[in-house]
Amino acid sequence: MSTDQTTRDATPEATPDAPPAPTGENPEFSTAPFDTDIRLDAGEDPGERMVLNMGPQHPSTHGVLRLLLEVDGERVHRVVPDVGYLHRGKEKIGETLGYHRYIPYTDRLDYLAPLANNCSATWAFEKVCGIQAPQRAQAIRTVCCELARISAHLLGLGAYGMDIGAMTVFLYTFSERENLYNFFEHLTGARFTTTYTRIGGVARDADDEWLRGVRDFCDGFGKKVDTWENLLTNNRIWRIRNEGVGVIPRDMAISYGLTGPVLRGSGVGYDVRKDRPYGLYADVDFDVPVGQHGDCYDRYLVRIEEMRQSARICVQIIDKMTPGPILADEPKFVLPDKQGVMTGMEQLIHQFMLITGEMDTPKGEVHSHSENPKGEAGYIIRSEGGAAPWRMKYRAPSFVNLQVLKDIVPGHLLADIVAILGSIDFVMGECDK
Amino acid sequence: MIHALANLGLGMLHQPIAFLFGFFDRAGDGSATFGWVIGKILLVLLVTHVILILAALMVWAERRVSAWMQGRLGPNRVGPEGLLQPLADLGKFMFKEDVIPGHVHKVMYTIAPLITVIPAMITFAVIPFTGSFETSGATGDTFIQSWQIADLNIGVLYILSVTGLGVYGLTLGGWASNSKYSLLGGVRASAQMISYELSLGLAVVPVVLIVSSLNLGDVIAWQADNGWMAFHQPLAAFIFMIAVYAETNRLPFDMPEAETELVAGYHTEYSSMKFALFFMGEYTAMTVGSALLVTLFLGGWTFFGLEQLGWAMGVLIFSAKVLFFLFAFIWVRWTIPRFRYDQLMWLGWGIFLPLTLVNVLLTAGALAMDQAWIMWILPLVLIASILIAAWIGWKRDEKKFQPLSDAPGVIPAGAATGEEASA
Repeated sequence: MSTDQTTRDATPEATPDAPPAPTGENPEFSTAPFDTDIRLDAGEDPGERMVLNMGPQHPSTHGVLRLLLEVDGERVHRVVPDVGYLHRGKEKIGETLGYHRYIPYTDRLDYLAPLANNCSATWAFEKVCGIQAPQRAQAIRTVCCELARISAHLLGLGAYGMDIGAMTVFLYTFSERENLYNFFEHLTGARFTTTYTRIGGVARDADDEWLRGVRDFCDGFGKKVDTWENLLTNNRIWRIRNEGVGVIPRDMAISYGLTGPVLRGSGVGYDVRKDRPYGLYADVDFDVPVGQHGDCYDRYLVRIEEMRQSARICVQIIDKMTPGPILADEPKFVLPDKQGVMTGMEQLIHQFMLITGEMDTPKGEVHSHSENPKGEAGYIIRSEGGAAPWRMKYRAPSFVNLQVLKDIVPGHLLADIVAILGSIDFVMGECDK
Repeated sequence: MIHALANLGLGMLHQPIAFLFGFFDRAGDGSATFGWVIGKILLVLLVTHVILILAALMVWAERRVSAWMQGRLGPNRVGPEGLLQPLADLGKFMFKEDVIPGHVHKVMYTIAPLITVIPAMITFAVIPFTGSFETSGATGDTFIQSWQIADLNIGVLYILSVTGLGVYGLTLGGWASNSKYSLLGGVRASAQMISYELSLGLAVVPVVLIVSSLNLGDVIAWQADNGWMAFHQPLAAFIFMIAVYAETNRLPFDMPEAETELVAGYHTEYSSMKFALFFMGEYTAMTVGSALLVTLFLGGWTFFGLEQLGWAMGVLIFSAKVLFFLFAFIWVRWTIPRFRYDQLMWLGWGIFLPLTLVNVLLTAGALAMDQAWIMWILPLVLIASILIAAWIGWKRDEKKFQPLSDAPGVIPAGAATGEEASA
């Protein structure tokens, strides 16, 4: 026994400089990026640090984001974001159901801006089919996208304010959102799950009353933004809570592929509406707000300014709007007029065939992107013919934007996490797809 | 005994609330009589109930006022204007299951809510809420009897020591809950309340120096003669008010229960009446804080001679002042955001503590030189410096950064269009 021990002790051990022994795992398929647990570095002493589980049920994780925090008192030492609690397999659903039947499912992606999702999906599908919506439909879509942006930013601003402790802003922005929801209801028939766009156009035409209402709303919108800015922008507490907090340097923002207000807050003026115009954005005059410091406060300012610019875009487009068809004349891809379906047999058969899969899209691979409220929403669709994509990939801006948490949160206090999450303004429905 | 009864009858004739007044007679040597004890017990019951009802009404007011500020309606179904809503809430709390989670320290967990409520309530014992009156003893001596439960000659010290006890409830509640969020809330509560206790205490010191008495009745009497203490000591009054906000854990200092950070802080694990007690403790502390502020700095139950109309006027003036500050509590809560923990500590230790110390030194110096005019120069200088500081802060804030500016290092929008065209 004792001799055994001696021999074992005598065996030369690996020197500290030697490379770590192979663990048998294939490094190419390492699960390390998806590891959702706090792992200490080799030989690291955690000391008095404790692991705090924030979410998925937490008041300020805005849905079902889960953050594993290693905290030293109040200071965060490590953070491991854990997403996927709301995963519904949206892309796979799209591949199964096909283009027409997928549109209602886009309502639930970024559920704060269903109209923007409808539009971005339809633009992508139209690119697959090789058709274009008529001018009026494009105009209505553009207005819808901007209203959706205002609505999403309003909720983002309200929730952000509430996270920092300014409760009243939340109620103010929500009462404004009610006005917007009334517009959505008037136009689409639903307040929340709009399912408004169709391949080749939109479901219903916008009447004059609606257009006038939206124009009045957008005209008076700047004053309301002033009210909220009075409460927050120069508020001393609001500023010290946000200035210099959660700084995302420009290079980090670019290398992570951040988009939307988060990227623009870091000083990169990339906006799909301006850089690769779609819809009617090429025809309107608007500014893209760009921050300088990349902190929470700049992201807040960028969002505030974006809302003003959105209202400006709406007014311009409504003023230029001319009557015309709202659906493209492409019977191979575009659903027939709904009134006709209700009364005519041919139209009914036509609709039935398109919906049940008698549609032949050209083969090929298509990339389409648009500027959603949270950032660049992109579709990569591979079509092998038929009524459904062979493979569809949705680039969810919230998912990409959330990745940066791992780099910017460590070193901040617990309360700063709330500010950072609020300023990144993510939607888990979109992030988890 | 007969004499006492006769005196009581006499009191009924010539005193407005003779029933209580008569009871306040003392025996010839100043010791308490049976009637005096009964009278005090009645007064204790009265004050306790008023505070408790006020706490309930504050919950209602909080919800209605916040609704009014936010363009909502608030609770308006139970009773007229929803006034009975607190009763309905109480019923709900009573019948909720009183869950004691398995992982808590049961004794501490149970007494923590009590430790929060009781100090807040007993602070009110020394606060006079209307003018004093004279009563005659059995031997014909007169005694000054003031309208408060206990006319302590160390009233200010009593208040400072008792309000300091409230923090134990929060700390113990957070610790005994044995949950991480509760623990963080408890730690925040203890750190915050201890830090602000310093400023609170030091803000009271100049008042005591000027009045040279620790009796709250004397403080009010001095203010009735010389003007409100807030005019003599504006800085102390201001810091005292902020410290009261921090002591009661109200926004912008509601760190211990910051619901967007710590879920509910120290009372995360509490339910039913235990939770309601924490709530009651907070609202009682608000009432007491306002009453202290009014008594120490804003003349208590006096209002430029108006109080001489009678004892009822004193109570009215006192209530009006307290209610105004209670409204201010609500007003502030629903208007401004919350500080961060380190900023709050910096404000307490880095700004308020030095300021109060300087204030104490200046006041003591002025008093030592015994020059009346210095006492008037002091507030003017303080007000001027506060205005200058506010102006500097305002100017600094005015430099709002414009997100549309073409700053160096910013990649302008539309820069990628050319790349698209070439690609």
